[in-house]
Amino acid sequence: MINAFIAGILIGIIIPCIGVVVVLRRLSIMGDALSHVSLAGVAAGLVFGINPILSAVVFAVAASLCIERIRKSIPKYGEISTAVIMSVGIGLAAILSGFVTSANFNSFLFGSLVAISPFEKYLIIVLSIVVLAIFLLLYRALFYITFDEESARLAGIPVQPVTIVFTVLTAVTISISSRVVGALVVSSMMVLPVAVSMQIAKSYRQTVIFSVLFSIFYVVLGLFLSFYFNLKPGGTIVMTGVISLIITLLTKNFKGIVKKGA
Amino acid sequence: MRILEVENLSFAYQGNYILKNVNFTVDKGDFVGIIGPNGSGKSTLVKLMLKILIPEKGQIKIIGKDIKKFDGWTKIGYVSQKAGEFNGDFPATVNEIVGASLLANTGIFRKKPADYDQRVYSALKKVGMQDYGNKLIGRLSGGQQQRVFIARVLITEPEIMFLDEPTVGIDAKSEEALYCLLARLNEELGITIIMVTHDIGAITVHANKLICLGEAGVTVHDINEPVTDEFFSEVYGYRVQIHSHQCQNCGHMRQVGCEEC
Repeated sequence: MINAFIAGILIGIIIPCIGVVVVLRRLSIMGDALSHVSLAGVAAGLVFGINPILSAVVFAVAASLCIERIRKSIPKYGEISTAVIMSVGIGLAAILSGFVTSANFNSFLFGSLVAISPFEKYLIIVLSIVVLAIFLLLYRALFYITFDEESARLAGIPVQPVTIVFTVLTAVTISISSRVVGALVVSSMMVLPVAVSMQIAKSYRQTVIFSVLFSIFYVVLGLFLSFYFNLKPGGTIVMTGVISLIITLLTKNFKGIVKKGA
Repeated sequence: MRILEVENLSFAYQGNYILKNVNFTVDKGDFVGIIGPNGSGKSTLVKLMLKILIPEKGQIKIIGKDIKKFDGWTKIGYVSQKAGEFNGDFPATVNEIVGASLLANTGIFRKKPADYDQRVYSALKKVGMQDYGNKLIGRLSGGQQQRVFIARVLITEPEIMFLDEPTVGIDAKSEEALYCLLARLNEELGITIIMVTHDIGAITVHANKLICLGEAGVTVHDINEPVTDEFFSEVYGYRVQIHSHQCQNCGHMRQVGCEEC
């Protein structure tokens, strides 16, 4: 349980950092594609006796590089690359899961509280710190590229390398998150805290900070609820986020109506 | 002083030549309008001058250096067509957007320059937007957003400013104010302005040079005297008439071009 909380909080910090850029660049579908590929990586790891988080990271990083390569070849229809990789991920995961004998595979679909081993905990800690450090290092460049890619290039930002590094960070984040949150719901966790914070934030910086705070709140509350009510942690965390988004939108609309009436 | 030299420039999209043997020069302090019908290669020409596209043939010299070896891009400002088409819900303040150019290549661990706030304020003041620094960019009108994008360019104190149809999607009053602002930046700060536009009436008032991309190829016209209806009709390939009226902001006599009914 302690392992799940440590891993959960770290993941709760890095998912929205990546999520802000993913949402604002309208790349949410890329999160879906990479999560399915990481699931295929998990299945491959279980079949071949490799640690499933490690194999998920390898699969997702390879897929992220393929997405960028295909996107470069057909820039006008860049989203095709994401759709192709998503199909590969789903197809491979479906085939490989047929060879998995342990029940461990299901814990990667919706997350698990008890399945995290000490090795996986340390792996998640190390990779989370690396992802966070690189994200902070590229924070200003990513902001500029997200807002206006052409001007960012003229301002001297190496747009292509930064974009590739960001895609790899996304892949690593998604694959290490699949253990706690689950591969099927990790892309929702990229979007939900960002969607809520965009309703109330007054700047880009606030959007990032609020997203991280909301995300940690969803993870902690979701893990508590799943522990006490014996629920799947991934589903509980995501539903906490969905309820929070509904409350925020209703409050915002209510405030708008009151303001108009006054 | 020559600030831009274009020699025998050619560019083709999938074998079709959009620009062929284009030659012109721009001097420091010029206000240049690039006009021509849709598809004549105006935006392509700007992208070539900004090294966003690579020419098939020819040479471009920018601030005395071959563009292939040019590295002083902070001296070049660019307000793209896309600036007016950005995600309106983007959660960033005016200050964050204007200051982005100063911090482009620094990580969050690096301190902002000591004069960062002052430079952001000063850039916004030049475009009359100093009171909007903490507002979200999406909450501003189209004309105000364009001013912010110009401030973002001004913060690096550019020598040349390229604008690609900056008046698209803004109303007539804001458009007039934008032209007056550009004329002021050109006259007071000596910034060379190169601007793609369809607004032939306004550009002939403020620009001192026109680069015309038309059916007869590329022609350069120095505006020492008013340009005639016949000249524009030749560039656009159909009859164009110019009407005059006075700008309410700066008092300049403005001409409005329209296709003759």
